[in-house]
Amino acid sequence: MADVTDVIYLDNNATTRVAPEVVEAMLPAFGPLYGNASSMHTFGGQMGHYIATAREQVAGILGADPEEIIFTSCGSESDNAAWYSATETQPEKRHVITTKVEHSAVLAYGHYLEDKGYEVTWLGVDDKGQISLEELERAIRPDTALVSMMYANNETGTIFPIAKVAEIVKSHGVQLHVDAVQAVGKEVIDLSRLPIDYLALSGHKLHAPKGIGALYVRRGTRFRPYVKGGHQERGRRAGTENVPYIIGLGKACELAASNMEKERTQVAALRDRLQEGLLAAIPHCKINGDQAHRLPNTLNISFEAVEGEALLLQLDQYGICASSGSACTSGSLEPSHVLRAMGVPFNYAHGSVRFSLSRYNTGAEIERVIEVMPTIVSELRKISPFAAFLKK
Amino acid sequence: MWEYTETVRDHFLHPRNAGVLEDANVIGEAGSLACGDALKLMLKVNEQGIIEDAKFQTFGCASAIASSSALTELIKGKHMDEAAKLTNKEIAEYLGGLPKEKMHCSVMGEEALEDAVRHWKGLPSKAHAEEGRLVCKCFGVTDLQIIKVAKENNLTTVEEVTDFIKAGGACGSCKDDIQSILDKLHSMEKPLQEIRPVPRMTNVQRMQKVMTIINEDIAPRLALDGGSIELVDVDGTTVVVALRGACSGCSASQLTLKNLVEKTLREQVDSAINVVEA
Ligand SMILES: Cc1ncc(COP(=O)(O)O)c(C=O)c1O
Ligand code: FES
Repeated sequence: MADVTDVIYLDNNATTRVAPEVVEAMLPAFGPLYGNASSMHTFGGQMGHYIATAREQVAGILGADPEEIIFTSCGSESDNAAWYSATETQPEKRHVITTKVEHSAVLAYGHYLEDKGYEVTWLGVDDKGQISLEELERAIRPDTALVSMMYANNETGTIFPIAKVAEIVKSHGVQLHVDAVQAVGKEVIDLSRLPIDYLALSGHKLHAPKGIGALYVRRGTRFRPYVKGGHQERGRRAGTENVPYIIGLGKACELAASNMEKERTQVAALRDRLQEGLLAAIPHCKINGDQAHRLPNTLNISFEAVEGEALLLQLDQYGICASSGSACTSGSLEPSHVLRAMGVPFNYAHGSVRFSLSRYNTGAEIERVIEVMPTIVSELRKISPFAAFLKK
Repeated sequence: MWEYTETVRDHFLHPRNAGVLEDANVIGEAGSLACGDALKLMLKVNEQGIIEDAKFQTFGCASAIASSSALTELIKGKHMDEAAKLTNKEIAEYLGGLPKEKMHCSVMGEEALEDAVRHWKGLPSKAHAEEGRLVCKCFGVTDLQIIKVAKENNLTTVEEVTDFIKAGGACGSCKDDIQSILDKLHSMEKPLQEIRPVPRMTNVQRMQKVMTIINEDIAPRLALDGGSIELVDVDGTTVVVALRGACSGCSASQLTLKNLVEKTLREQVDSAINVVEA
């Protein structure tokens, strides 16, 4: 099995390596500090302090108040909880607006509401993956309960103009949920200035473990708990707190805040080098996404006339980890819903590869990818029946 | 991540017979760019009908490339008639199995080969012949294709059909249709199990007799014209057959069915026999 020493990990939008500092911070809670924060005794009760610190750390990276942070089990739960609360607290409003390029956690909730008789407006995107603000404004109705939109797209890195979205949505008095799972730690988010009602984040995208997330709920927003039961999280999310992971998420947010600059300069520079290197060395490629508004770590590039899974498995031979929006990697038989919504032509859509970097990547790793990729693509093109149609 | 066998990995990383066959005289194609995989099979067939050389070009995932590689290995050196009998199952078996979601890659191999065989016999590609009824618009799959793949691989659910031939895997609007095709197929098979007593001859006896006559008398005669026949089912006096090779899709196939197959069976087995095509 390949381990961290011999892989070049460029799949950080799928999940990230847990930062060593995070592991270290979590360990005591797996060992001697096993108490339950809800207990009356000091031994358990002291865990409350750790949770409070973590809550401050998470609030810190968002410009939020600690009381506005609810710990959840993952990004998907945060998304679901926001939709649940927004619709349950406004039962008379039966219309929701979202986009066609959301993560499945949001798409699925939209389809679920449609089955229940709700009307959902699915905003389309242009060829860069951008929404139209005019279209958004036109879609808002008196019975709109919620607008839900991702901050940045996990496949292409395209960043939506959330500040403008918030302005429009709030001017109509409608609630706004933002899936910021891919953006936290990479984009500066200041909720003290951004009028967002709900915001979802997930630990494993920012060097905390998988299976921990948080939901921001703006103070004053009426809330109904999605997970019902005990009084944990001030009655907003039942279930005995996952103390070690909460500590880990807090630590990861603290680290992310201090590494944000690095993420936006150093990581962005590596990504740009990768993009330039590949474009220069390989003909017939196309960048997917909005290069002017894009996460600093993400490069989604399509290689015409070759198929994504074949590219990934070839890369795998070199220990290079990436992902693809190809149909063959998704099990759905159709290329990614995001690329399709963008109208990426089939000859490109099937051959997309997403490289997503992190602060742990090095220049040497990037050069290695630039070195091996041209051969991989040209070998696959040699056996592709469509390569003959590539324009000279 | 898909669990690929070592053989699949090997054929993907080191595809056999990949590339363009300059002196190919028979071409077979399957799949399309829109579908996400496509295979072009290039054969050099000599006058005796022996495949002297085979090469392929494939756009698709690892298992599509491996299936194409396996296909060329399996048919090289064979007579076209022999090669024509190859099924997707054999391709998958040659590779030590494919993940079930990837079985459509082996089916694509079989389809490209079928296409090549048609061309070799001077027949047009299937798409032009417009055989069967279009069931899945997304992937351009007809009812006949579904019936064929379902029979060959004992598929019983819509999901399995999707794994093998993609139909139903995109918008999903054709799923009910696929289900009813499967239902029909299986209701046709069921009576096989019950032995209904009919005067003088049981269903099983009749079936055996029909089978013997088809195999020993009718098939050799069809083979002379480059065609073949397969017994699909016998239900009472209804005999269901599939015509393959030169016979299938051939405008004369109805004539073949009535004049040759039905006539022979009526004469030799039961005057009430009615022959239909699957
Ligand atoms: C944009 C987006 N939202 C939500 C999620 C779901 O997060 P989680 O895996 O923690 O449930 C992901 C990650 O896969 C994501 O990229
Ligand atoms: S028509 Fe068959 S999946 Fe769309």
